[in-house]
Amino acid sequence: MRIQVLWLLILALWITTMARAEEPAGEFVRIADPYIEIHTGPGSGYPVFYVAERGEEIAILRRKTDWFQVRTRRGKEGWVHRDQLERTLTLAGEKIKLATVTLEAFSERKWELGATGGDFGGAAMLGLYGGYAFSRNLSAELGLAQSFGNISSTYSLTGRLVAQPFPEWRYSPFFSLGTGYIQINPKATIIYPERTTNQMSYVALGLRTWLTRRFIFRIEYDYYTIFSATNDRDDNEELNGWQAGFAVFF
Amino acid sequence: MASRFRSLLLMALALGSALPAWAAEPPEEKALSPIIEPEVKRREFHEARIDTENFEVTVFAGMLGIEDFGSSPVYGARLGYHVAEWLFVEGSLGMATAGKTSYEAITGANTLSDEERELIYYNAAVGFNLLPGEVFPTRHTTYNSDLYLIGGVGSTQFAGADRFTFNIGLGYRLLFTDSFALRIDFRDHIFNMDADVLGQDKTTQNLELTVGLGFFF
Repeated sequence: MRIQVLWLLILALWITTMARAEEPAGEFVRIADPYIEIHTGPGSGYPVFYVAERGEEIAILRRKTDWFQVRTRRGKEGWVHRDQLERTLTLAGEKIKLATVTLEAFSERKWELGATGGDFGGAAMLGLYGGYAFSRNLSAELGLAQSFGNISSTYSLTGRLVAQPFPEWRYSPFFSLGTGYIQINPKATIIYPERTTNQMSYVALGLRTWLTRRFIFRIEYDYYTIFSATNDRDDNEELNGWQAGFAVFF
Repeated sequence: MASRFRSLLLMALALGSALPAWAAEPPEEKALSPIIEPEVKRREFHEARIDTENFEVTVFAGMLGIEDFGSSPVYGARLGYHVAEWLFVEGSLGMATAGKTSYEAITGANTLSDEERELIYYNAAVGFNLLPGEVFPTRHTTYNSDLYLIGGVGSTQFAGADRFTFNIGLGYRLLFTDSFALRIDFRDHIFNMDADVLGQDKTTQNLELTVGLGFFF
């Protein structure tokens, strides 16, 4: 009985996928320039092996970076650069529009995802973060970081609010307040390896800049306070740090 | 009897789930448009409908030489994003189990516990496709290829500590189809080891050679 059900499900799935596969694949465009060059691979160094003429219809199959794989009516398949494809027409005769990322898109971004590297109180650190913008001026970020000291390494998980007073600037400064937890792991070879977790707060001052496409570079200075005071010890630890990194935005 | 009834019901259900896909083409439209144009083409252009394949996922296996601890099999996975024809970024995760140092082999002592011998690394790297090209294995086959320089930073968990690690290397990508690639990666993982493990503080060079299968999506 079980096996029967399984076979039936496989059959149903197969039929559904077959039916889907019959949909015509790709977008169609008509060449408007005197000709376009079709390369053997998705890069400007790959040789041009075929030239399609004005008026010919081509199907666009897929895209890799700025290169589009096309198929001509005669069945030739190759790669065309975005700049040439932008000078073709739709079958209805209109100019093709390809999305470009602008400075406007940078200041209007909603999601940001990045990796950073830097210094955490004299130790090398690496970080990963994700951010969501509530408005052009205010966003929230969640970050995971690791630092590598001589006698211990740390992991931290923090959340923070980031204020950006000039979102429309290409070099846009920001100010941030954050809090979270830090776990300190002494090296196992030290005599008393005791793992401790403390609360931590920090302030940051930094600069974000739009590089190109969907890429951001950012650099910041951080000032951390680790609430390590206990009944025996009543001093909190205060550390300086900096980090720089790259991010993508959507 | 009940079981036959149930299987009939299931069959009907399974067909029912498949049928709407067939029925999706409305029959009236066929009746209206003449049979002259058999292939339905979209007259409008939508960039979003083009399949972009800028992500690459790779599984790999090979050998990792862990300085002073012999060579060990290593395996792992990578996830990459191709930014431009000459540039990509990639994150990797790999693991290996270290062997014994000569000192341990001779004296029978153990400087590390079994858990400390497990090596796990992760890193983020930037790759430059330096030499894109084509190879011609036979008269009738051509494959695209890339020779890339790659380097980055990450962490290696080994011998009871997380160690900040630089990595640098060369790689070769052979594209069997537009979606599948064979990859050969040579990488040097550089991190510091302490005196309490090896008798002296030193920077170690850990060479890795791996073969991977990549899939673009």
